[in-house]
Amino acid sequence: MYPSRLRKTYGRTAEMKQSAKTLCLGVESTADDFGVGITTFNGEILANASSDYIPEEGGIHPREAARHHAEVADKVLKEALEKAEAKPEDLTLIAFSQGPGLGPCLRTGATVARALASFLAIPLIGVNHSVAHIEIGKLETGAVDPVTLYVSGGNTIVSAFDSGRYRVFGETLDIALGNCLDVFAREAGLKHKRGTPLGAALEKLATDGKELISLPYVVKGMDISLSGLLTAATNLLHKSKCRLEDACYSLQEHAFSMVAEVTERALAHTEKKEVLLTGGVAANIRLQAMLSSIAEEHDAKFNVVPREFAADNGAMIAWTGVLAYTHGLVTPVEKSFVKLRWRLEKVDVPWIE
Amino acid sequence: MDRIDSQSLLKKGAEAHLFLANWHDRKVIVKARFPKKYRPTELDEKIRSYRTAHEPLLMHEVKKAGVPTPTIFLVDIKNAMITMEFVEGKQLKQVLPHVPRKERQELCFRVGVLIGKMHRRGVVHGDLTTSNMILSGEGKIFLVDFGLGEKTTELEARGVDLHLMKRALQSTHYQFAEDCFKHVLKGYFEVWDTEDAKKVLEKILEIERRGRYVDERKKT
Repeated sequence: MYPSRLRKTYGRTAEMKQSAKTLCLGVESTADDFGVGITTFNGEILANASSDYIPEEGGIHPREAARHHAEVADKVLKEALEKAEAKPEDLTLIAFSQGPGLGPCLRTGATVARALASFLAIPLIGVNHSVAHIEIGKLETGAVDPVTLYVSGGNTIVSAFDSGRYRVFGETLDIALGNCLDVFAREAGLKHKRGTPLGAALEKLATDGKELISLPYVVKGMDISLSGLLTAATNLLHKSKCRLEDACYSLQEHAFSMVAEVTERALAHTEKKEVLLTGGVAANIRLQAMLSSIAEEHDAKFNVVPREFAADNGAMIAWTGVLAYTHGLVTPVEKSFVKLRWRLEKVDVPWIE
Repeated sequence: MDRIDSQSLLKKGAEAHLFLANWHDRKVIVKARFPKKYRPTELDEKIRSYRTAHEPLLMHEVKKAGVPTPTIFLVDIKNAMITMEFVEGKQLKQVLPHVPRKERQELCFRVGVLIGKMHRRGVVHGDLTTSNMILSGEGKIFLVDFGLGEKTTELEARGVDLHLMKRALQSTHYQFAEDCFKHVLKGYFEVWDTEDAKKVLEKILEIERRGRYVDERKKT
């Protein structure tokens, strides 16, 4: 029913694989992506396969997305194992995205993970999705203690580590940045195609924007509000004769300036010397440029998660599972229920000194 | 315009540079909002001039309600610069973790009193953090940085203002955030004990429920 395009995966050389005996398989299924990643315990990413659910129209329908995940699970699993040249019995640990996210989607991934762990009789570890986005960013860029801007379809969070947890310094008071861009893009008649998410289509149009149209700019302390901006931008589409390119450009410039400003506030407040941009919207070149400018202004190093790990993926879950497991955490099956509203600041991260 | 001598950079904040300077033989702070390269020029100019014009107005307004703020001397909208009184003291952020519990609660209570007076006057601060509160040598608490403030009597704006205070306590003073906020509210209602004012409590909960992945949502 759903044509599944299996994404680019990562193969590594044979000798690297021999040196790393312990493997973790991570299952990601918080929203529209079903992903399986395999990493070694020392952070080598051996496979990162995924399949995304593309709605016929409108946004993500949780039940339909979950059905998609159930249908492609075996294929994605198989592809990840093949890419990693591993057999199921080579695995040491199963990690899964325990929340936050859409209930039906999370439960599908959790079911896959529990089944694997039980069948193979190996430990299971539930991972917080937001923590995983930060950890994969750190792993891939070498950032150690950054102020992180995590922007995706469901999240807009400015956080930094302090005393055992990632603290949330700023966040959206209403909708997430990716959600704001996606809804606008759909209103503008753009279509989500395989390989080109709505945000990428919007970004392309925005590069041809010439005129900046004034829109609401709402920063409250280190928090932002995007719903008014979305309404105003949508009204531009329907009620004015501006070029679509200009509308896309103006929306992006306003929204990105807002998240950039709050990130800068957190950077000045915490006096950290690194900035990390992660999550699906991190792939946007304009947003990268803005954050890079801010980092430079405060003599901080700018890091951005590589494009292939920006969107939801299984590798980030596997790697975070390794971090948690090697620091004494496990999730017994009877405690592996999904947590739809598992906030970032509620998660202990014992692997950071 | 009067000459401002011997400027030295005191603090490089996110939004503005603060310079310590001499102006007519007194120590002053020059707050300069320099252009931000990351955002488009038109938007940047709009934001900087708007905040430079509004900040002094709001600081002056809350003074009338008995909320200590630095006295404004000069406002240069074109260059987005404000010259104001230099308040000698410490940021509350630095003070709170190092004082005994009783004293901390008392300071939070006084912060609450100030926020209450300010809200009653029809002003919201927009960025209530313990970095924006200065405990002066004489023991007065000054509110600074009204750049994100607004003149409004809307319940929503007041609720967001208090919500931000709570969030700032949680991220910076998580060890005793809850206790601190409790005393902030105590002070708030001390000056403003009406049915109308109490509605803000319900509003704060509503704002929290609107957020992402919040447990409170379950209850509705």
